[in-house]
Amino acid sequence: MSLSVNEGVDVKGLVDKVLEAYPEKSRKRRAKHLNVLEAEAKDCGVKSNIKSIPGVMTIRGCAYAGSKGVVWGPIKDMIHISHGPVGCGYYSWSGRRNYYVGDTGVDSWGTMHFTSDFQEKDIVFGGDKKLHKVIEEINELFPLVNGISIQSECPIGLIGDDIEAVARAKSEELGKPVVPVRCEGFRGVSQSLGHHIANDVIRDWIFEKTEPKEGFVSTPYDVTIIGDYNIGGDAWASRILLEEIGLRVIAQWSGDGTLAELENTPKAKVNLIHCYRSMNYIARHMEEKFGIPWMEYNFFGPSQIAESLRKIAALFDDTIKENAEKVIAKYQPMVDAVIAKFKPRLEGKKVMIYVGGLRPRHVVDAYHDLGMEIVGTGYEFAHNDDYQRTQHYVKEGTLIYDDVTAFELEKFVELMRPDLVASGIKEKYVFQKMGLPFRQMHSWDYSGPYHGYDGFAIFARDMDLAINNPVWGIMKAPF
Amino acid sequence: MSHPVSQSADKVIDHFTLFRQPEYKELFERKKTEFEYGHSDEEVARVSAWTKTEEYKEKNFAREAVVINPTKACQPIGAMFAAQGFEGTLPFVHGSQGCVAYYRTHLTRHFKEPNSAVSSSMTEDAAVFGGLNNMIDGLANAYALYKPKMIAVLTTCMAEVIGDDLSGFINNAKNKESVPADFPVPFAHTPAFVGSHIVGYDNMIKGVLTHFWGTSENFDTPKNETINLIPGFDGFAVGNNRELKRIAGLFGIQMTILSDVSDNFDTPADGEYRMYDGGTPLEATKEAVHAKATISMQEYCTPQSLQFIKEKGQQVAKYNYPMGVTGTDELLMKLAELSGKPVPAELKLERGRLVDAIADSHTHLHGKRFAVYGDPDFCLGMSKFLMELGAEPVHILSTSGSKKWEKQVQKVLDASPFGKSGKAYGGKDLWHLRSLLFTDKVDYIIGNSYGKYLERDTKIPLIRLTYPIFDRHHHHRYPTWGYQGALNVLVRILDRIFEDMDANTNIVGETDYSFDLVR
Repeated sequence: MSLSVNEGVDVKGLVDKVLEAYPEKSRKRRAKHLNVLEAEAKDCGVKSNIKSIPGVMTIRGCAYAGSKGVVWGPIKDMIHISHGPVGCGYYSWSGRRNYYVGDTGVDSWGTMHFTSDFQEKDIVFGGDKKLHKVIEEINELFPLVNGISIQSECPIGLIGDDIEAVARAKSEELGKPVVPVRCEGFRGVSQSLGHHIANDVIRDWIFEKTEPKEGFVSTPYDVTIIGDYNIGGDAWASRILLEEIGLRVIAQWSGDGTLAELENTPKAKVNLIHCYRSMNYIARHMEEKFGIPWMEYNFFGPSQIAESLRKIAALFDDTIKENAEKVIAKYQPMVDAVIAKFKPRLEGKKVMIYVGGLRPRHVVDAYHDLGMEIVGTGYEFAHNDDYQRTQHYVKEGTLIYDDVTAFELEKFVELMRPDLVASGIKEKYVFQKMGLPFRQMHSWDYSGPYHGYDGFAIFARDMDLAINNPVWGIMKAPF
Repeated sequence: MSHPVSQSADKVIDHFTLFRQPEYKELFERKKTEFEYGHSDEEVARVSAWTKTEEYKEKNFAREAVVINPTKACQPIGAMFAAQGFEGTLPFVHGSQGCVAYYRTHLTRHFKEPNSAVSSSMTEDAAVFGGLNNMIDGLANAYALYKPKMIAVLTTCMAEVIGDDLSGFINNAKNKESVPADFPVPFAHTPAFVGSHIVGYDNMIKGVLTHFWGTSENFDTPKNETINLIPGFDGFAVGNNRELKRIAGLFGIQMTILSDVSDNFDTPADGEYRMYDGGTPLEATKEAVHAKATISMQEYCTPQSLQFIKEKGQQVAKYNYPMGVTGTDELLMKLAELSGKPVPAELKLERGRLVDAIADSHTHLHGKRFAVYGDPDFCLGMSKFLMELGAEPVHILSTSGSKKWEKQVQKVLDASPFGKSGKAYGGKDLWHLRSLLFTDKVDYIIGNSYGKYLERDTKIPLIRLTYPIFDRHHHHRYPTWGYQGALNVLVRILDRIFEDMDANTNIVGETDYSFDLVR
């Protein structure tokens, strides 16, 4: 941590002012989640992973969103049943840009919505019987499906259905993995618990119960990409670099992922984890159980990419280390050209970030590479260890907000007037109407990839097109 | 594995072209052959072909349990949408919080607008002890922070399964001074495992009216000359509600739209964010009990509300998404009858211009076969208009469609020679429609953005005319109702037909004899 941002702005005073609007009880609770980063701090000084207060617009989702939307949903050669009423599957249907290659409806199902469509009678009498039938019908209509997951919605846990028993019986019968995921939306305080539950299911129902594919020959250079959801093709733009330095990516979790890749993961020499929050559990498990080390890396922006490539290469032999240097050098001219072109248009611009599990820290240096300043950042569903990992990315004086409510974020932006807000679709139009450039940092605003060197060029272009579009200059009528 | 750098600062390429570069194609191939352990190309091709057969269709239609790509959402989003059409109203969704994030996202993606709603954020402890405390604290927070004029409470399936009592909870919260005793907090129970978003819409309209009008029957309510209009769940509400207001203005009718989202879902960008804008004034909602009649634009969105309104002594009338010439005729005649005013001359002119446009274009429409899917009322209105154009609705499909709806659609189809190959499919989904499109082909599909997968698989062009439209911009700002709306719909269909015609005739030296400049 160096220098300081928000110089001359009374950010602490701002926090107090924003908190004033709350009833007393909620004010006390919210105060713990807002802070201004101090020099020499060990973490960001905010409480996290705590229940959202009722009656506010939290941007958080639920455990189902964490499991179906993030961890399991993007596994393309399995069918994921949204088990319960129709809505959860409907809203999460094809909304997340987890790119994949496959014949949808034949050997891949990533942009489809399968549900048991619970009716009142299923609530009253239980839905296990129906679930049996759903799985049979899926297997008949989609014979090339390699596995099935059951993503539980709220009522399943409340009425006490035994989806584990159904999963066991059906796995046996079909000879394919059928996995039950207890990711009911009321569990936990955000999508975060859904990630954890989904990881545990991979542990218990894939690693423990299935046999890895035959014929797989290990090499000393086998690695995995874990926690890259291939938004707009991110994982591919990452994979290409790992392959170029001479590593072999034997599995990609979970964008463009397959069941076989999950099963073969324990054969890796090292697990490379991008989104720590959503996948650290399974990486830790593999370390304990199979002795596979794991490493967190960051492929946003050239500084972090180079640092990460070197860190990764350091785990291997000299050839790989030399290759890493070659690859960094190879892309440097392109990176230099991108920075030369875009930095003059972006230098000194202030950014406020509010996203999910890794980007509030990972993306910071990509902005720094373009000469931009982060004046505020925060997570939707981070835990304490995420905030510990954050403080060295951001500068003294940065405003930190955990599970920020729409009310707080609007006030912060209104009073601090950054040049760009980087958040999600629910926030986008609020700030655009205020006259502020905006980028969606969950979906890359339907652009991307943003990871890797190829992605950095797109990232730079997108920040420029957001900030320097003429629309922001014609907001006010001349009359 | 060295390869040239395809990316450059001069011409930044993104996913559209980046992944077509040779190095990425090789990467996909390596991943597939070495690590995915997928099925052989032959096997995939075989199964792919099989999914397009009559045999597969039969299996597909025989399924009883799994629902695949349905054209319905769950109740709460309909209720939330209805609530957002009232002045200064904040929907308060009682239950687990993820649901609200989904509803807000969904509506935001369609309208490209902010969408405000709060959640009571119930978790495990609430599942055990009930959500009363969440309601008490939640209403207090919502009231203090977002300063609404009304908070409309609705439930998710969680609150319904554990049996939370909204009426009692709201009273309790008022006793604890979460909101003032006289602050309006209407509510609706909207279990996601009953009906769909259109039922949720109905429940909330009824909930709001019950709040303002009282629960007891009152046949003696004095009536005035006002006419109420309920639009129903409508993705084109911004354009359509404004068109309805314009029509009422031409008539000189005093009209109250019960739940008007048109301004709230279309606020200007001028440097100021408006969390609430427009909407049916609360005073007007209260006064609407004195209207002489209420017209519903979508009968399947309003059965309970209309029944309730009828009990208040009002005349009621219902339509099925009045698109097209006769659909608009019927609506205008009803407005004339109820108001005692003639149809304005301006509207007669508009009618004539619309008919003129249809006459100009009829050769391109006559006999064209269409599949239509979406909500029950949309499917009906759209089918009627197609037949009016000389086109043929062939597959009409709605996951929310009931047996009654199927019969109603069939009756409409049977009444026209253009409906003779038409069949209604209630309770079926888009995977059923895929089978129908392969086994009994049509020329065009009319539906929403989810149809783009059907378009890709079947190569049948898709025309997006109903909710949700995520992958095209701004269509909802133009009406589809009234004569002006019909003209918009006509142009949208014609444009797609002409584009298709050009795309099919543009091979130089081969098919370009038909690549005509004049169509």
